Amino acid sequence: MLFNVLLYVSLGIFILGAAWRISAWFRRRIGVEAGSVTGAQRVAAALKGIIGTIFSGRILDVLKVFVLDVLIQRRILRQDVLRWVMHMSIFVGFMLLLLMHALDNFITVKLFSEYNATNNPFFFLRDLAGVLVIVGLVIAVYRRFFLKIPRLSTSGADLFAIAIIAVIILSGIFLLGAKVISHGEFMRMVEDYSDSQEPEEVAALEAYWVKEYGLASPTADLPFDEETLAQGEEINEMSCVWCHAKSEWAFASYGVSRVMKPAAAALEGVGAVYALWFVHILACFVGLAYLPFSKMFHVISTPVGLMVNAAEEGRAADPVNVLTRRAIELDACTSCHTCSLMCSQAPAFAVFDNPYILPSRRMAALRKMGVGGEIDPQERKALRQGAYICSNCDRCTVVCPAGINLRELWISVREELVRQGDPEPAMLSQFSFVRGLNRAALGSNGDYAAPLAMARKAVSCAGEEALTEERVLDLNDVPDPRGNPRFEREAFLNCFGCRNCTTVCPVVGSFENPQEKLGLLPHQIMCSLGLGLTDLACSAQMLWECSTCYQCQEHCPQGVSVSDLLYDLKNLAVQNRNE
Amino acid sequence: MKSYAFFIGCNVNARVRQYESSTRAVCDKIGVELKDSSEFACCGYPLRNMDRQAFLTAAALNMAVAEKMGVDMLVICKCGFGTLKAAQHILDQDEDARREVNKTLAASGYRYGGGVAVKHLLSVLYHDVGLDALKKHVTGQLKGMKVAAHYGCHALRPSSVTQFDDPVAPSIFERLVEITGAKSVTWDPKTDCCGAPLLGIDDDLSMALARKKLERAANAGVDYLCTACPYCQMQFDSVQHMMLAKSNGLSPLPSVLFPQLLGLSMGLGEKDLHFELNKIEVGDIASFISSEQQNG
Repeated sequence: MLFNVLLYVSLGIFILGAAWRISAWFRRRIGVEAGSVTGAQRVAAALKGIIGTIFSGRILDVLKVFVLDVLIQRRILRQDVLRWVMHMSIFVGFMLLLLMHALDNFITVKLFSEYNATNNPFFFLRDLAGVLVIVGLVIAVYRRFFLKIPRLSTSGADLFAIAIIAVIILSGIFLLGAKVISHGEFMRMVEDYSDSQEPEEVAALEAYWVKEYGLASPTADLPFDEETLAQGEEINEMSCVWCHAKSEWAFASYGVSRVMKPAAAALEGVGAVYALWFVHILACFVGLAYLPFSKMFHVISTPVGLMVNAAEEGRAADPVNVLTRRAIELDACTSCHTCSLMCSQAPAFAVFDNPYILPSRRMAALRKMGVGGEIDPQERKALRQGAYICSNCDRCTVVCPAGINLRELWISVREELVRQGDPEPAMLSQFSFVRGLNRAALGSNGDYAAPLAMARKAVSCAGEEALTEERVLDLNDVPDPRGNPRFEREAFLNCFGCRNCTTVCPVVGSFENPQEKLGLLPHQIMCSLGLGLTDLACSAQMLWECSTCYQCQEHCPQGVSVSDLLYDLKNLAVQNRNE
Repeated sequence: MKSYAFFIGCNVNARVRQYESSTRAVCDKIGVELKDSSEFACCGYPLRNMDRQAFLTAAALNMAVAEKMGVDMLVICKCGFGTLKAAQHILDQDEDARREVNKTLAASGYRYGGGVAVKHLLSVLYHDVGLDALKKHVTGQLKGMKVAAHYGCHALRPSSVTQFDDPVAPSIFERLVEITGAKSVTWDPKTDCCGAPLLGIDDDLSMALARKKLERAANAGVDYLCTACPYCQMQFDSVQHMMLAKSNGLSPLPSVLFPQLLGLSMGLGEKDLHFELNKIEVGDIASFISSEQQNG
């Protein structure tokens, strides 16, 4: 009764939760193209895509990915053998227990007519599967807490996943251990299955079971003479062996029972068998009910994501389905942090205090936003900067065990973030190169140019006033050189104003009226620094138009590091903005 | 066999894969061993506009990785090469910066000691392997091909730091081109900027700089531009492709990567050279191969 109530309640929660999570695949809007596509349109496009895939050769690609990437988990194996052993142990062990043990009435009995849980090979295999899961969990804990894997962070969701599986498996093993030694269980079995009910016969069987099956008996003067044991064996042969392999075969549980045996009477007293059974099924049902809301939802979302990508591979997918795939992929991410381990911007993460430089941390933030969660302005700013500080090296995409198309996701999400109305100074760096390459795909010219204009304005705000022609510059009260010794006035004493730097500059040479476009020309910037006018120098548009070709520095007859100083000024401008 | 830590950089695997495959094939042919490491990260180049310490840390990490591998670095990106050299120059002089960088690197088990030599592919070919050794592998002269060699700013300048070649009248790239049998033409702006550092920041200016070079190369009557940097290559290939889409009086001029050209003269095939990955069609480039042996 209790079992059924718990089963149906947890199953109900699981079904509703999974439906809610799956519906989010059609509701979530991620990326700059999300626009005004409705959920219904997305469902229709998805169905069309699925049907199109099933009735074409692409179904073979999908099946291939299902076998290689979902069942054999080739993508994990490529990254790290230890992790593959961990994941396969948990996956194989748990799936065997789920299908052959938890669902034995539906599956195992149909497959094996002689099935009985306490007969071999099932009796042995159940423990083996449990131990396999435990091995996987031990590796998981070892990786997370003892191996110093760079940038691997452990969240509450990760701990819950490890804990719930551990409780399910360990309670199962302890439950069987308690049954092995339980006299109560023994007596119940004797009543139900034995033809020999005489006290003498029962005592003989009990003695035999104490000796051969590891039973703990409360009877102090149980006879262990050869005759009694022979009688016990005879009864055992008649009534028990048909359904009962030796306890040792359940090696893990039997091992545990040896430890529990000295406390057998106490355990019997508190009803340990029932208590452990309750813990075991409760953990299973909690895990089932909470699955759609936990990290374990990846058992559904990751295979789906992998297979959708396989169907899409190498062809122009319906843009509506791309939106849906992205939503699935947010759920497919297990926060395994492989991407962050391989991220080319790991050094930037080490210097800037911004977790969102790491791809896996960005995924977590997007997932939070995608399900309607709000994100505060400071966090949004960090997310935008994190998404921009990306070399577009594609390593995250190549290594992702869930096969998520991160390459495309970052381009789209980055664009969405920089168009939200706040300036991003990182746009004025070579991180923008790939955005420039993709500009044709990023919509109209105005939408493309506006965030750049905003970033320029933001980093030069200090200087706008300083740049007017009427402005009288006070050269007597010059502020300190912003803590940068390279901006000390003395450093410019040997600049004799020959303007070579400006003459050789290809950028200056590209404009009819360079001053109008660039604000200050290279020699004027050097002159400003020489006068101690750091802020003025810092606000010149020239800084952001510099092609860093080093012609100026190479051709300075006085050895002024013109290009390097422009870098220093850019750093100062970005720093001012970030503060 | 000489070994190097192969620093591929961020762009090549994502966007200029033919550069990696052709470099590997050529190096294999001439007996230069390339050692890989998954620990290499961003060289720091795009971080330079933003933050000096981030740039130095990124560059130092890569040099520290190579230091641990115990070999010199072979860099195929001029921007990456220039950035690493600049960082090395700063770190070898500025004790404070170096201490700060090493404090950060310690967390990942690395330390910048400064003992590694950073070399560009062209320098390795020219100085470490040598023209005579290279010539021995050339099996088909690229007779009649005219090539404009594009040097790339970040390798040339600041010359006191990069020590790549004479910054005003460099010659190693042209001399390398000529061992393939192709003629390296004289063209004025060979040491000028391709405009790539400005793409995405000021596209018009970036393309104007590229256009100037493309037009001058075309005027010099060349069949191909030749680069040895993914950024320069993308600028003359992908970006030129974008410029042509606007159809503004520019006629296409294909650009090839130097190891593609060298590989062609050494008898390597499509499976290594991947000319099909170049956006601007290179045409029947194999038709230049002649079996005549070079004299001297």
